[in-house]
Amino acid sequence: MAELPGQIRRMSGGISQLIEQIYGFSRRCLFRVISMGPIPSHLAFIMDGNRRYAKKHGLEDGSGHKAGFSALMSMLQYCYELGIKYVTIYAFSIDNFRRQPEEVQSLMDLMLEKIKSLLEKESIVHQYGIRVYFIGNLALLNDQVRAAAEKVMKATAKNSRVVLLICIAYNSTNEIVQAVKKSCINTSDNMEAYGNDKHEDRDSDIEGTDMENQEKRIQLVDIEENMQMSVAPNPDILIRSSGETRLSNFLLWQTGNTQLCSPASLWPEIGLRHLLWAVLNFQRNNSYLEKRKKQL
Amino acid sequence: MPRHVAFILDGNRRWAKRAGLTTSQGHEAGAKRLIDIAELCFELGVHTVSAFAFSTENWGRDKIEIDNLMSLIQHYRNKSNIKFFHRSEVRVSVIGNKTKIPESLLKEIHEIEEATKGYKNKHLIMAVDYSGKFDIMHACKSLVKKSEKGLIREEDVDEALIERELLTNCSDFPSPDLMIRTSGEQRISNFFLWQLAYTELFFSPVFWPDFDKDKLLEALASYQSRERRFGCRV
Repeated sequence: MAELPGQIRRMSGGISQLIEQIYGFSRRCLFRVISMGPIPSHLAFIMDGNRRYAKKHGLEDGSGHKAGFSALMSMLQYCYELGIKYVTIYAFSIDNFRRQPEEVQSLMDLMLEKIKSLLEKESIVHQYGIRVYFIGNLALLNDQVRAAAEKVMKATAKNSRVVLLICIAYNSTNEIVQAVKKSCINTSDNMEAYGNDKHEDRDSDIEGTDMENQEKRIQLVDIEENMQMSVAPNPDILIRSSGETRLSNFLLWQTGNTQLCSPASLWPEIGLRHLLWAVLNFQRNNSYLEKRKKQL
Repeated sequence: MPRHVAFILDGNRRWAKRAGLTTSQGHEAGAKRLIDIAELCFELGVHTVSAFAFSTENWGRDKIEIDNLMSLIQHYRNKSNIKFFHRSEVRVSVIGNKTKIPESLLKEIHEIEEATKGYKNKHLIMAVDYSGKFDIMHACKSLVKKSEKGLIREEDVDEALIERELLTNCSDFPSPDLMIRTSGEQRISNFFLWQLAYTELFFSPVFWPDFDKDKLLEALASYQSRERRFGCRV
C-alpha cells in the first residue's frame, strides 16, 4: 500500500512527459507546414507587462520578471525551431534606469543570474548553438553584469546557427548618436591620413581639406555600418506584448518597414499562438510587400 | 489631447479601386480628407498636424501617378485652401528632400510657407519626398559640417543636438504624441523614425479617404486611455 503513492507519482510523471513529447512533436509538425511559406529571418520582442502580471496574480514584483524569463525561453525555443535565425529582445532600456533604485537593482541581479546561466551546459545557448550579442551602452551597467555579458559574447562568438541579440542599457536614439560619433571619428581618421599626404601643418580643429569630400564620406552606409545592430538584418516582425502600441525608443532606425504586432497578453502570458499569428500575418503581407519592393 | 498628431495617409488607391474610380480621384479624395481632418484636429485643440504625403520610396511608382501626386500638392495652394489657412491661422510647412520636386512647385511651396509663417497656434506639416532615414542622415551631415567649422565639438554630439537638426525643427513639438496609419497596414514605412520614439501608434483598418470624424474620435479616445510611462513607472 505504501508503494501506491510513489507508483502514482511515477505514472503521472510519465504521463506528463508523454504529453509533452506529443505536444512537442505536433508543434514541430505544425512548424514544418508553416515553413512551406516564407519565414521571417529576424523577430524582435518588447517584453512588456511583467510587473502587471505579478500584480494581477498577487505575486511580489520580482516574480513577474522571473515568469517573464520563462516565457522568453519558450519563445526562443519556438523561434529557433521554426527556423528564425535572429531574435532580438529589449531586456533593459536606458530609460528604465530612472525607475526606483530597488527595482533597478533587482532587475540587474536577475539579469546577472540569467546571463551567467547562459553559459551552463544545459542552457538554450548550447542546445541551439546560439551566438549571443549584448547591444547597448554597456558602460552604463555595473562591472559584474558587464563582465558576465562580455564573457558570454566571447564564449559564443564561434556559434553561427542562430543569433540572440539582447538589448540592455539600450536606447535607439543613443545607438544612433554612438554610430554618428563613430562615423565622425572614422571620417576624421580618413581625412588625417589624407591630410598627412597633402599638408605640412594643419589647424588641429579643422581638418583642412574640402568639406564636400567630408560630406560625401558620411553616407547612409557609414552610419549603418557603425550601428551596433548592424550584425543582424532589419527585423521582419516586432512583437510588443501587453497591448501597448508604441516603440519606446527601440530599434527606430531598423524598423522602418517592420510589421508591428501588439497582442494584448502580458509578456509572461505570451505563447505559441501569438508567434503563429504574427508569422501567418507576415506570410500574408509578404507577397504584397515583394510586389511593392519590385516597384522601387 | 495630444499636441502633435501625425498621419500616414494610406489607402487612396485601394479606396478608388473599390469605389470604381481612378487612382487620381483616390488621391484627390485623400487630399480633401486631410484638410477636413486637420481642421477637425485644430478645432479639438491639437497644435500640430503632420502628414506623410509622399515618401522617398514612392518615386518608384509610375510616372502618371507621380504627376497626379504632384498636382495634388498643388491642390493645397488652391484658393479655398489658402483661405482656410489664413482664416484659421494655420502655419504650413513642407519638409522633405525637395531636390526632385519640380522647380515651379517648389516656388509655390515656398510662397505658402512664407505667407503663413507668422501663425503660431496651429501648424500643418506636410512631409513630401520624406524619409526618416534621410532626415537623420541629413541631421548628422549638418552636425559634421558644424564640427568642421569648429562650432561644436564631436564629444558634444548628443540626442538633443541631433534632434535640433532634424527637419521637424520647424515645429515646437517635433515628436508626435499620436500617430495614425490607415488602411490596416501595421508598419512605419520609413516615416518619422527618430521622432516616433515614444509616440502612441494607432492603426485603423479603413482606407484614408474614409477616415472621418468618428474614426478620428476613436483614435483620440484610444490615445487618452493609454498610460504613457516613457520607460518609468508612473
